[in-house]
Amino acid sequence: MSSEVLSNHAAHDDDHEHHHDAGEMKVFGFWIYLMTDCILFASIFAGFAVLSTAYAGGPTPKELIDLKLVLVETFALLFSSITYGMAMLAMYRGDKGKTLSWLAATFVFGAMFLSIELYEFNHLIHEGAGPQVSAYWSAFFTLVGTHGLHVTAGLTWMAIMMHQVATRGLTATNQTRLSCLSLFWHFLDVVWICVFTVVYLMGAL
Amino acid sequence: MAHDHHHTNSAGADHGSTKSYMTGFIVSIILTVIPFAIVMNPIMSPSATLFTIVGFGVVQILVHLVYFLHMNTSSEQRWNTVAFVFTVLITIIVVVLSIWIIWSMHYYMMTN
Repeated sequence: MSSEVLSNHAAHDDDHEHHHDAGEMKVFGFWIYLMTDCILFASIFAGFAVLSTAYAGGPTPKELIDLKLVLVETFALLFSSITYGMAMLAMYRGDKGKTLSWLAATFVFGAMFLSIELYEFNHLIHEGAGPQVSAYWSAFFTLVGTHGLHVTAGLTWMAIMMHQVATRGLTATNQTRLSCLSLFWHFLDVVWICVFTVVYLMGAL
Repeated sequence: MAHDHHHTNSAGADHGSTKSYMTGFIVSIILTVIPFAIVMNPIMSPSATLFTIVGFGVVQILVHLVYFLHMNTSSEQRWNTVAFVFTVLITIIVVVLSIWIIWSMHYYMMTN
């Protein structure tokens, strides 16, 4: 009896293994994409660093940056990282309901981050620090805006995945997609660490 | 038994557990709050503060890579790590050399 169970199990495992190979390659391919995205951010950071004192007589970040707001933003993104982690753990347990609710929580925190960022941009432009004012503010809006666009893309992807999981369940394909989105989302949080350190903290120093 | 099971996913990457996620989360909170605190309420010279916040940033990136992106040195993950190390190299070349070139150009244009 036990050998039958074993062989059944082995056959199932084999199938499983085979199916997973394609998913494995997709996740690895997505990782390679993230590495190229990293180089995109590196170039924008290099541009920002080079232009970090080019105020052209206009406003400086020290006058305008509100660190309390940035701290709230940082926490929103950090909370969204942990809730996504919880969604992945629920996914591995095969718990569709929990996966969906953790994804929804992640979406809310991500949207909160984006709203604060848009409020900040609006405030800066209102205070006369728009992207056209000086090379510094052009570099600022390019760098922070590129990160914001990535978060927007992540949120769109997350909304689509919530729909997919709700209608089709935690299929192997959806699990691979959620794994890729997990890498993307945590990667954006890593980029944000660089942004708040280099742009906001150093700017306010 | 179930707890001892080492979770590995399709890419050979570690799944992590509630405990490892929470560890990463709490350490990240500490590593975020301290640099904000020393910039908002300066207790050191600006240059000492600068080095401290960069240090905290680097450590927090490593914490995120290990606890959230589950990077490790296992053989299943070798290519992920190789790609990452190469990217770090390119990043350093792009950022550090750009700053070096432009700043020295600026310097020589000012002095001549």
